[in-house]
Amino acid sequence: MNWKRASIAAAAGVPLIALLGFGLTRDPKVIPSPLPGREAPDFALRVFAPGDTASAPDATTASALADTIRLAALRGEVVVLNFWASWCAGCGVEHQALVSVARRYEGQGVRFVGVLYNDTLEPALRWIRRMGGQNYPSLQDDGSRTAIDYGLYGVPETFIIGPDGRVAYKHAGPVTEQLLIEKIEALRSAGTAPAAGS
Amino acid sequence: MTRYLGVDAISIALAVSLFGMVAAVLGVRRNSDRLIQASFAAMYTTFALLTVATVAMVYGLVTHDFSISYVSQVGSRSTPLFYTVISLWGALEGSILFWAWVLAMYGAAVVWLNRRHPGPLIPYTAATMLAVSIFFGILLRGPANPFREVFPVPLDGPGPNPLLQNHPLMGVHPPLLYLGYVGLTVPFAFAVGASLSGQLGSSEWLRLSRRWTLVSWMFLTAAIIAGMWWSYEVLGWGGYWAWDPVENASFMPWLTATAFLHSAILQERRGMLKLWNLNLIVATFVLTILGTFLTRSGVLSSVHAFTTGTIGYYFLAFIAVVILFAFALVAGNTESLRTRGNLDAVLSRDTIFLLNNLFLTAFTFTVLLGTLYPLVAEAIRGVKVSVGAPFFNKMTLPLCASLLFLMGVGPALPWRRATTEQAKRKLTLPTISAVVVAIISIALGTRAPYAVLAFAFGAFALTANLGEYALAVNARRRTHPESYLLALARLIRGNQRRYGGYLAHIGVVITAVAIAASSAFRSEYDATVRPGQVMNAGSFDVRLDQLWARDEPHRTVVGATLTILRGGQPVGEMQPRTNFYASQEDPVPTPAVRSRPAGDLYINLMAFAEDGSSATLRVIVEPLVPWIWFGGGVICMGALVSMLPGARRRREAEMPQLEEVPEYAA
Repeated sequence: MNWKRASIAAAAGVPLIALLGFGLTRDPKVIPSPLPGREAPDFALRVFAPGDTASAPDATTASALADTIRLAALRGEVVVLNFWASWCAGCGVEHQALVSVARRYEGQGVRFVGVLYNDTLEPALRWIRRMGGQNYPSLQDDGSRTAIDYGLYGVPETFIIGPDGRVAYKHAGPVTEQLLIEKIEALRSAGTAPAAGS
Repeated sequence: MTRYLGVDAISIALAVSLFGMVAAVLGVRRNSDRLIQASFAAMYTTFALLTVATVAMVYGLVTHDFSISYVSQVGSRSTPLFYTVISLWGALEGSILFWAWVLAMYGAAVVWLNRRHPGPLIPYTAATMLAVSIFFGILLRGPANPFREVFPVPLDGPGPNPLLQNHPLMGVHPPLLYLGYVGLTVPFAFAVGASLSGQLGSSEWLRLSRRWTLVSWMFLTAAIIAGMWWSYEVLGWGGYWAWDPVENASFMPWLTATAFLHSAILQERRGMLKLWNLNLIVATFVLTILGTFLTRSGVLSSVHAFTTGTIGYYFLAFIAVVILFAFALVAGNTESLRTRGNLDAVLSRDTIFLLNNLFLTAFTFTVLLGTLYPLVAEAIRGVKVSVGAPFFNKMTLPLCASLLFLMGVGPALPWRRATTEQAKRKLTLPTISAVVVAIISIALGTRAPYAVLAFAFGAFALTANLGEYALAVNARRRTHPESYLLALARLIRGNQRRYGGYLAHIGVVITAVAIAASSAFRSEYDATVRPGQVMNAGSFDVRLDQLWARDEPHRTVVGATLTILRGGQPVGEMQPRTNFYASQEDPVPTPAVRSRPAGDLYINLMAFAEDGSSATLRVIVEPLVPWIWFGGGVICMGALVSMLPGARRRREAEMPQLEEVPEYAA
């Protein structure tokens, strides 16, 4: 054995080991999105399911929204934008979480909006009925233009948009109640939420 | 009870391995035969104890002993017995246990078969095997303990991953893979043993290494083919290879081991490439550990990734030790292994072997680069990229074609020096057949250039290798009055290594041509049909007869009964299914495959209307697919012929002066 040569060669293995070690700190399943931190792409989409809240939100916004919702009109509020479809198994899993968090923040400056992805209205409405209703409006996205703007990989995907109109957080896959509350609270406590909220 | 038996067996095995390793090293240093014998005994004991632990785990699985953590994780009362038994390797902890057991089995076999071999080579080899065993023992007592206690004891478990309980090949592919993968530890252990005992320059350890590499190589080949077959039969996309990181991880050591099987012959015959061969052995082992790291730590996204905890860091530590040690081993021995073997002539089998090694190494580097690139890109530029099939296909198809070509030239040329005359005589017929096949396949409408190349070079290599058989059989029949079959059998027995090798070549050609044909001529048809309706798929028509659903204890199955028509006449019935498991959201498909020598008809049930009114089917017509599996079988047969003790070996063994040369009935 030539120990000097051996140790030089061994040192050459260090970068490879470092690379593998670096790999351990990464989660390969996380799909990056350039959106968080940037302005959320605006849209104006037709409402196909108005949302069946028992106590309707205040009349002014309800009429302003009418049958179309424009994202820019919701500036100043926290918007939870959820892409879903009736054929999507994960959407059924997260449905209850979305509904109950939406109820929790009702009238507190947090707006939930669903966007239908690659689906037709009839099965989508049937799905809402089967899931026991949806207490926030869902929009139809013909030609998936909005989904493309948001760089959707699949459904469900959820974007949380701050009062400043920037995407604060993006989540792929079913969301949980805890996660939604945590992110919404973080935005509200950042002080940018309107006084009406807290 | 079972739990304690398992835990204790593993703990004692760990202690015994530790003792054995120290005893082996001390035994050599102090020249104490008793210590060396004790280390051998430790190796056997480790194997026995891990056998106890493995059997305990299988017993726990079969008896649904949910107080054992692993059983509560993969077991379920509703899973059929077969899938319950094979879930031994269905998740992380069980597969590590199985790994450790296979490793101990190899260690015990190596020691037993070489126990009379004099000198320090075998004790050091045993010490290396035990060192690796110790690592797995630590995993089994630490982060991958399959025997942790679960309290309160659950009444039932979730069952194994649905993908792993959907096809009987799951009972074949993983064990073969472990036999191949783990077996490649043996040549490495020999290399370490030879280095520590200063015998790296001798040919003894090399001969042993090649023999054991061949054993592992055979299993690894079978495992890769079985894995392709499994993914074809289960994943429902009609393909068999996707350049998934873990597929690559099993393929890279296969490539380097293939290179070693060839270059070792060059060292045996010519004393060349000593350092290179050491490199190949070490690289092969490092690649197996790297592959394990990639599979078991969740570094890369893959269908094979298991859920992970801290085990990744243990593996990182282990791989660091292995890499540092391996690099040092090679670099530290460069001077003693420098050889001055020169090629006598460019036109010779020697040259072909060198080119073969060059291409196989380039192949390995390409696959390694493509596999690790996403990691490099993320580390350096912070971006997520994925390297897909287009990269791998583009880079490796020329190499595949070249290797096919070399496989025809190599056997035709003699060692050392060939005359142009010899080359011409032997290569004329293969060349003609290559040209004829190329013309025919272009005439029949093959447009993909690599498919034409694969067919032409395939014909070339096939003719050349069959020609070697034909020539030798004819030559033998001129001197011996025998039938063709007997002459062939005696010929093979006379030189098993050579003719086994040619047989493996023929298998590779069959597989390569079948892969080329099935990907070049594959056609897909999608349609949504109502019961009674017929969809067309090339020369077939597919009629949906009925859509049905059935509840089984562990799943719900939805299936479509189809009648296959050809020219209006029914030729068979097929039933693609989709399985819904309680433990998983996404359904797991079971495509229906109708295999004929000419090719497969592959049908997957993509979607269905809940009221049974329609089904969406994907029908794939893939020519020659069964020949991929058949070719794999031929390769393994070739390896088997090469390594079984044959006539020549037996004669040698009978000679008294060679008594210390052990017999290897691997």
